[in-house]
Amino acid sequence: MAKVVVVTSGKGGVGKTTSTAALGAALAQLGQNVVIIDFDVGLRNLDLVMGAERRVVYDFINVTQGVAKLSQALIRDKRLDKLALLPASQTRDKDALTEDGVQRVIAALRQQFDWVICDSPAGIERGATLAMRFADEAIVVTNPEVSSVRDSDRIIGILDAKTVKAERGDRVEKHLLITRYDQARAARGEMLTIDDVLEILSTPLLGIVPESEEVLRASNLGSPVTFNNPGSGPARAYFDAARRLMGESIQMTIPTDKQGFLGKLFGRRAA
Amino acid sequence: MTSVPNPGQSTRFVCRSYMAVVLVPEPPIVEWVTEIEQRIKGAGRFLVGSPIVLDLSAVKLSKSAIAHLVAELDHRGVRVMGIENADPASVGEGVPPMVRPSRGASTNLDVAAKPAPEPRHKPTTLLLDEPVRSGQSIFFPDGDVTVLGSVGSGAEVVAGGSIHVYGALRGRAMAGSNGNTRARIFCSRIEAELLAIDGHYVTAESMDKNLRDRAVQAWLEGTELKITALD
Repeated sequence: MAKVVVVTSGKGGVGKTTSTAALGAALAQLGQNVVIIDFDVGLRNLDLVMGAERRVVYDFINVTQGVAKLSQALIRDKRLDKLALLPASQTRDKDALTEDGVQRVIAALRQQFDWVICDSPAGIERGATLAMRFADEAIVVTNPEVSSVRDSDRIIGILDAKTVKAERGDRVEKHLLITRYDQARAARGEMLTIDDVLEILSTPLLGIVPESEEVLRASNLGSPVTFNNPGSGPARAYFDAARRLMGESIQMTIPTDKQGFLGKLFGRRAA
Repeated sequence: MTSVPNPGQSTRFVCRSYMAVVLVPEPPIVEWVTEIEQRIKGAGRFLVGSPIVLDLSAVKLSKSAIAHLVAELDHRGVRVMGIENADPASVGEGVPPMVRPSRGASTNLDVAAKPAPEPRHKPTTLLLDEPVRSGQSIFFPDGDVTVLGSVGSGAEVVAGGSIHVYGALRGRAMAGSNGNTRARIFCSRIEAELLAIDGHYVTAESMDKNLRDRAVQAWLEGTELKITALD
C-alpha cells in the first residue's frame, strides 16, 4: 500500500526541501521504492538538491496537463534506482496546478511506488494546500524558534481542515520533524527547547535534526545528506526518522557529527 | 354545551392511518404532468378527488416548484394531501405537509397525559477535544466553550458564555460576546495575547507579569476586567 506524505511547514527556509530529499533518499537506501514530487511550481529547488537539474525535460505541470507521460517526466536517481524525482516547472506559477491533475498524477504514482513524498512550497496558499490535499500523512518541519512554531501550528490546523482525508472525517497522521536544532544554543535559552516545541504543537515527534554544516555542503553538491555523508549527525537523524516512518520504534536521540556519540536521550513523545 | 375553555381538561387528539395513493413524479416534470393528465382522461379517474401523496424522492424541487406542481395537479382535480421524501428545506407554508409512512396502526393519543417529546434543546456548550490551532477561529454565541487542549498563538475563541481552557491559552479569548457580563474565562496556563469579556479587554502587555504561565480566571467588575490566579 503506497503512502502519500506531504512535507510542509508554513514558514519558508526551515528545511522542507532538504528534508524531503534526505528522507526520500534514506527510505530508498532502506529498500523502499520512493518518488519525491516538487510542488514548488515557479521556484523549483528539489532538482538542485537532488543533483538532477540538468536532466529535467518534462515536469509535473506537463504531466498534469497531459502534455507528457508520467514515465517521461520521472527522473530516476543515478545513485539509487529506487529513488525517483518528479520536478516542478520553473516557468509556470502555482495556478497552473489543478486539483484534478494533481489527483490523477498522485493516483498513478501510488501504483508504482511505496512512498510518494510531496515537497510543499512555503505559505498556506494554493501550492501548499494542493501539496497536502491527497496526503495520508504529513511531516511538519519546524525550527526551534517562535515564528516557525506558530506557522507550523497554523499548518497543522489546515491539515485537519483542508485535506481530502479530513473532509471525509478521517485524519491525516502528523509527525513533527525539528530541524536546525542547536543543543548549545537551546541550553543557553537562545532557542526553544524540544519540550517547548512539543508542548506548543502537541504532535508526535518524528526526529530531531541537528544544525550542521554537512546539510549545506550536501545541498551544494546536489546530493542528499544521507548519500553524501551517511555517518554525519543529520544523516543519522534522517535515517532514524525514515525508520520511524516505516513503523519501527527507535529511541529518540539527537545525533551529532561526532561519530558514535549520541546526544541527550529523549524517550518521550507528545500526546 | 358552552365552548368556554376549561384549563384543567386536556384536549384530545386522535391519530389514525389512512390509505392514500402515492404518485412519484419523475423528471422532466412537465412531461410527467401531461402523462398524469392522459391517465385521468383514460382509466385514471380514481385519482380525481382522492387523497394523494407525492413522493419527491426522484426529483429535487424548490419550495416554489413544489407549490407550482401541487397547483398544477389541483387544477386537474388531483388533491395532494401530503409530501414524502422532500428536502425539509423546501417544505413549509403554502406546501402540503410532509408525511411519513406508518404501519397502519390507529391510536388515540391524550396530549395532556402524555406530552409529545419536546424538541431537543440546542446545545449550550461547545466541547473541543483538539487543540485550537493558530489561525483557527472558534465562534460559539450560544454558550460556553470548553477546550481540552491549548489555544495556539494567533488562534481565537469567541463565546457567548464563559471560556474554559484546560491547556495553555496563548491566543485570544473573548467571552460574553452577546453582552453577558457574568461570563468568565478560565485557563490552566495563561500566555494569552488578549482576554475580553463583553468587549472589555486586556492585552498581554497590560497583564500582571506575575500571572504569566499560571492558572487564572478572568471576570468583569463593572467595566474592568480582573484576573486572578487560581492556584
